[in-house]
Amino acid sequence: MTTDSSNDAFTLRRRPPLERFLDTGFRQLTLALASVVALLLLGIFLTIAEGAHEAIGTFGAGFLVSSAWDPVNNQYGALVAIYGTMVSSLLALAIAVPLGVGTAIFITEDLIPTRLRSAIGLMVELLAAIPSVVLGLWAIFVMEPAIRPALELLHRLLGWTPFFDTIPQGPGMAPAILILVVMILPIITAISRDALNQVPLELRQAAYGIGSTRWGAIFNIILPAAISAIVGGVMLSLGRAMGETMAVTMIIGNSLNFSFSLLAPGNTISAMLANQFGEASGIQVSALMYAALVLMVLTFIVNVLAQMLVRRFSLRY
Amino acid sequence: MTSTQQKPKTYANDVCMSLENVTISYGNFEAVRNVYIDIPHGQVTAFIGPSGCGKSTVLRALNRMNDLIPGCHLKGRVIFDNYDLYEPHVDPVEVRRRIGMVFQKPNPFPKTIYENIAFGARINGYRGDMDELVERSLRKAAVWDECKDKLQESGLALSGGQQQRLCIARAIATEPEVILMDEPCSALDPISTLKIEETMHELKRSYTIVIVTHNMQQAVRVADMTAFFNAEAVEGGSGKVGYLVEFSETERIFNAPAQQSTQDYVSGRFG
Repeated sequence: MTTDSSNDAFTLRRRPPLERFLDTGFRQLTLALASVVALLLLGIFLTIAEGAHEAIGTFGAGFLVSSAWDPVNNQYGALVAIYGTMVSSLLALAIAVPLGVGTAIFITEDLIPTRLRSAIGLMVELLAAIPSVVLGLWAIFVMEPAIRPALELLHRLLGWTPFFDTIPQGPGMAPAILILVVMILPIITAISRDALNQVPLELRQAAYGIGSTRWGAIFNIILPAAISAIVGGVMLSLGRAMGETMAVTMIIGNSLNFSFSLLAPGNTISAMLANQFGEASGIQVSALMYAALVLMVLTFIVNVLAQMLVRRFSLRY
Repeated sequence: MTSTQQKPKTYANDVCMSLENVTISYGNFEAVRNVYIDIPHGQVTAFIGPSGCGKSTVLRALNRMNDLIPGCHLKGRVIFDNYDLYEPHVDPVEVRRRIGMVFQKPNPFPKTIYENIAFGARINGYRGDMDELVERSLRKAAVWDECKDKLQESGLALSGGQQQRLCIARAIATEPEVILMDEPCSALDPISTLKIEETMHELKRSYTIVIVTHNMQQAVRVADMTAFFNAEAVEGGSGKVGYLVEFSETERIFNAPAQQSTQDYVSGRFG
């Protein structure tokens, strides 16, 4: 079909083949790139499952509830590490979420002058830039000695509960939890701040316009409207807390003995992997892979639960 | 509670709110200066004028919504119920409970229709029958028939006009004395606009209404009193500053204004 411009004036402009090719090509490219994420996840999962195969066959589900970790007799159970992972990351979240979301509210809701707000925001972001090995060192030499009197007080007051029944003597679960708080606080704060800033002005005006107090507006309207993004940030930080290796390994004590006490040395799956993978051989490698698989599944379950919670409680605007 | 509902019919020249030499600035920039208006009780007062003349700014000053804008500052006095609303001890939350507001863009909460009404009433300490209040508020805002079968659906599922009437119902539910409306129909089609105007005629029996509108026909249809604002360039300044040109009965503003610029604006000869 020969075209001249006067004939084409009243028809759709024909797109040159190159342009159409670029269009479809771009679509396929984004599809391919997006699939890479899913394939990577699947690949990692399969590799770890393959590696864990031997240990799963040998130890079965008992691996999850046994606290024996005995490379000499090749008896492995990950209870200490699983308990340590769950307790340290969940307690760290329990402290960091109110603190981080509170900071985010403080720096978005016009409570303090703008200049002070951006200063606090900047400091929070700088906190995220500190390498975890530096935080670990700081935890060993500065934080842990500094908080030990407080931990001893806890032991004196609450020593009758299983959670505080050991005397704090250096590295342990409690300082590890606190260092995790320091590490995940910037993530929670930064994401919550962005989420709160994105709540539309109209919604704020609506809340204030009917006579909400500032706190009423924040807790009934603004926070629920931002909650799904905030929970997304909390999930990211939970992933970080569960997977954090270096700082935790430096301060948690890497104990293989089970103890409920937060003041005693403990272990996490990530810390255990980092400590033992280098010199492990035979079924110990497989047992470590099994532990890693447990970590992945735990993270996955927590994520799914969080998504379900968010769907229940968020305000969608 | 129910007794405050029936306000005695008041005289036309009974003043509800009065602005005395009000100047509002954003940072160093004056938005509107030296405004004097006595808003009469139980009537509809319209603010008209070209864009940027400060009429919405003045409206928001009436219930201290400008407090939410950083750097916004007011000089002069806004008298309501014998109080200057800008005295330091006055609580802006209390002001907004007594002086409700409907915004330009319908902004229902992303909650159920029922909850949209109940939320405001609850925070105002309403202890009565909530179902009854929801129905009464929706009826007053003339949106009950469209909403009664879907009270548990999201307020955002309604059409734009219905959403705006839901917002009016929400404002009514907190039992304010004054309702401010900031171009409430600018995002709506003519039929919805007409319905809201009919609602306003009903509402002015119980409430004092102040409305900002760009639509001069709307001012003629709904308003008893009209204030015409204009903006003028300031010497040495970069922007324009708004000022009140004329405030009088709507009929006079549109038929026999005292100022030439009012005449030009209402007859469409405005620049």
